[in-house]
Amino acid sequence: MRIELVKRKEHSQAMALLSPLIAVALTALAAAIIFLISGHNPLEALYKFFIEPLTQQWSLEATIDKATPLILIGCGLAVCYLSNNWNIGAEGQFVVGAIFGSVLPVLFPSFENVATLPLMLLFGAIGGALWALIPALLKTRFNTNEILTSLMLVYVAGLLLDYLVRGPWRDPGGYNFPESRIFSDAATLPEVFGGTMSLSAPITIVVAVVLAVVLAKTLKGFEIRVMGESPRAGSFAGFSAKGLTIFSFALAGALAGLAGTMEVSGALNQLLPSISPGYGFTAIIVAFLGRLNPIGIIIAGFVLALSYIGGEGVQSAMGVSNEIASVIQGLLLFFVLACDTLILYRIRITGQRASTGEASHV
Amino acid sequence: MAETTLSEVENKTVRVDRADKETLLDAQGLTKRFGDILANDRVDLVINKGEIHALLGENGAGKSTLVKMFYGSLDPDGGEIFWEGRKVSIGNPAAARELGIGMVFQHFSLFEALNVVENIALALPNPGNMSELASRIETVSRDYGLPLNPDDIVADLPVGIRQRIEIVRCLLQEPQLIIMDEPTSVLTPQEADQLFQTLQRLAEEGCAVLYISHRLEEVKRICHHATILRHGQVVRECDPTLETPASLASMMVGADVASVSAGDQAPDIGETRLTLQELSAKAATPFSTALNGISLELRAGEVVAIAGVAGNGQGELFDAISGEMPVAPAMVHLDGKPCGNKNITWRRKQNAAFVPEERLGHGAVPGMKLSQNIVLTRHSTGDGLVGGGFVSNAKAADLEKRIKQAYDVRMSHDDPEARSLSGGNLQKFVVGRELDRKPGILVVNQPTWGVDAGAAALIRQALIDLARSGSAVLVISQDLDEIFEIADKVAVISRGYLSAAEPAAEMTRERVGLLMAGGAEAQGEVA
Repeated sequence: MRIELVKRKEHSQAMALLSPLIAVALTALAAAIIFLISGHNPLEALYKFFIEPLTQQWSLEATIDKATPLILIGCGLAVCYLSNNWNIGAEGQFVVGAIFGSVLPVLFPSFENVATLPLMLLFGAIGGALWALIPALLKTRFNTNEILTSLMLVYVAGLLLDYLVRGPWRDPGGYNFPESRIFSDAATLPEVFGGTMSLSAPITIVVAVVLAVVLAKTLKGFEIRVMGESPRAGSFAGFSAKGLTIFSFALAGALAGLAGTMEVSGALNQLLPSISPGYGFTAIIVAFLGRLNPIGIIIAGFVLALSYIGGEGVQSAMGVSNEIASVIQGLLLFFVLACDTLILYRIRITGQRASTGEASHV
Repeated sequence: MAETTLSEVENKTVRVDRADKETLLDAQGLTKRFGDILANDRVDLVINKGEIHALLGENGAGKSTLVKMFYGSLDPDGGEIFWEGRKVSIGNPAAARELGIGMVFQHFSLFEALNVVENIALALPNPGNMSELASRIETVSRDYGLPLNPDDIVADLPVGIRQRIEIVRCLLQEPQLIIMDEPTSVLTPQEADQLFQTLQRLAEEGCAVLYISHRLEEVKRICHHATILRHGQVVRECDPTLETPASLASMMVGADVASVSAGDQAPDIGETRLTLQELSAKAATPFSTALNGISLELRAGEVVAIAGVAGNGQGELFDAISGEMPVAPAMVHLDGKPCGNKNITWRRKQNAAFVPEERLGHGAVPGMKLSQNIVLTRHSTGDGLVGGGFVSNAKAADLEKRIKQAYDVRMSHDDPEARSLSGGNLQKFVVGRELDRKPGILVVNQPTWGVDAGAAALIRQALIDLARSGSAVLVISQDLDEIFEIADKVAVISRGYLSAAEPAAEMTRERVGLLMAGGAEAQGEVA
């Protein structure tokens, strides 16, 4: 007996919806096995990991706070990945965006008026976009591999932030702790819905919805999808591959930079040596789990945010290492990519060894 | 016109002539089917020891399919292969190598970052000690007049030397049969000469060579025997040394098919719509062809056809005319406006339309619905498909229905993805998508490539009708039957040179064949 993948004639609509669900189910199964092996009750651990955070107001809000940057970054990455531009450096674009967004409150703390916050967000988006344009221009000009260059720039950005908060941007009244001054009220994102959530969540939803419309209904969205699937056909349609590389990197960088600024302005209120628990990398999983569709990404961002909160939950309640969150995120990406195969292929189990046809090509 | 009908008698005499030699490979009734298309239809082929055997045919005649079956990368659907008199089944390339069959591919499979000996070691089942292998490579390559330095990094080597690596890799396995797929297409004449000496030496030592080439001069020069395939069948065997390149060409294209004249009424020729002036472009990759000073005029009301064997610059010429490959402004004029540097969208707005050779992946996006594929080429042509940046899916769907009906595109359900259509139906769609615009200028590359006879007739008729309605039509085709059926004028492209367009009525297949075999080149160089 052997298992074969048989190509479908067309994409399966049903599988496009089912594959993320199958992936989540397989991840839960794999997580249960890991909990079991490490000597914990798998059902209790799964409950504490995936369900309990949803039952309390504070943890629900914390989940939304974590989901927000993931969704915003994931939306930008989706545009990159749809158009075949492999931007792996959103983490760095997030950090540089946060740095640019912090220029006003850190260097000009007395500049406090209604323009402060909009300017900060604008600077943040510009900073992230500029950082993302480095790998984009290297790719269009020198044909370098954007996976490597965008990834390496993540570490450059991290060290730049580290240098700034330990050196020139250190809070003069901060007892030498490596952190910037606390942002003024004018530089802080207002809270909404009477809770601890900042304005970043509604902004993110608006961005995702607008992007969903752009991708589905406009010529630009059409261009992005065509270039991703068939660059040669895209050039026949009159679209420019290089132009789109620059556009998609700039957009993804701007959204990541915006997320970075909103994170320091809304949640942290100052720059610290480390401002992200890996949002830029986790957002890659979010983008794929959400089928590279902004609406799907909203849901996926929520699921991944849950893994952060759930990881803390199982750590405090059951003594499982917090690292389990990273393991589960990795498993999820693995299963999502594997299940995506089912959209264009179906599984056939044959009794006998099939003849070596074109499969055994040289 | 040359008399080339298949004759049983001739066939037998040739076989008798070769009977004194020992048979190495005997294929009987090999058949291979891909979907609706019979790629090989009961092909018989005998290769003797020490023979350089040419396999000739137009593109799509089934040459590659046949040698892939010999090399074990395709399974025949019918027929038998005998190797030294013993019936064999060649399941995979490793089995073929074990029998003693080696293959040198047209496109090399070398790792650029590795050196010569590492590349060869990767392909051998038991490479053994690297320094021993290096000295073996040096000896064998020098012996056969293909000297190689085992320590050279492949990335630094020119194409000709890279091919040597492939050949030496093959020779190290001491094959009895070497299959070569268009080996000289990437070589300079001097490099080709050296290769011929090697092949002749191999043949003297008893090794057989199955030689695929479109260069009929060199086939006549070095091959002992030729088998000609047409539409998947063996139509003829001959001794190429007794033939001329022209007679070989007419055997390939088959002069026995009745030719149909382009149109009964004389075409009403209008003003010039498309002009190419000294169009030249460097080859972008080692596998593409440079264009050399191509000039052509295309006028309203006429069908001009460009004949030529595959890979002589047709794709590059198409890209330059469509705007996918920018050239100097003055090299291309549309309606008198210089536009060599303008993009394809600008040219479409000038009422020009284009149909590329490759329908899936170039002319259409495989995973997108047909209606979306209409947006692909018509988003800026004033069809109202895009307004304010938004795409109207409803209008695209209307157009899809219209094209489907007008051009008889058959599909299992409404608006399917492009990849699910059969080749002929998708071709009717991509041609129909452009014809539906009633373009003033239509440029189409291989309009009926791999399309069944019914669809081909429909497409050809549509092209003639378009020209008779006052549009200018340029057809690039390898199919001479097609060209003589629809063209008012014929030009021939060879190695990136284009011969002057001549009235189709005064053209003969012999003349086209001669131009294909290098005459166009000579004309271009003189001009």
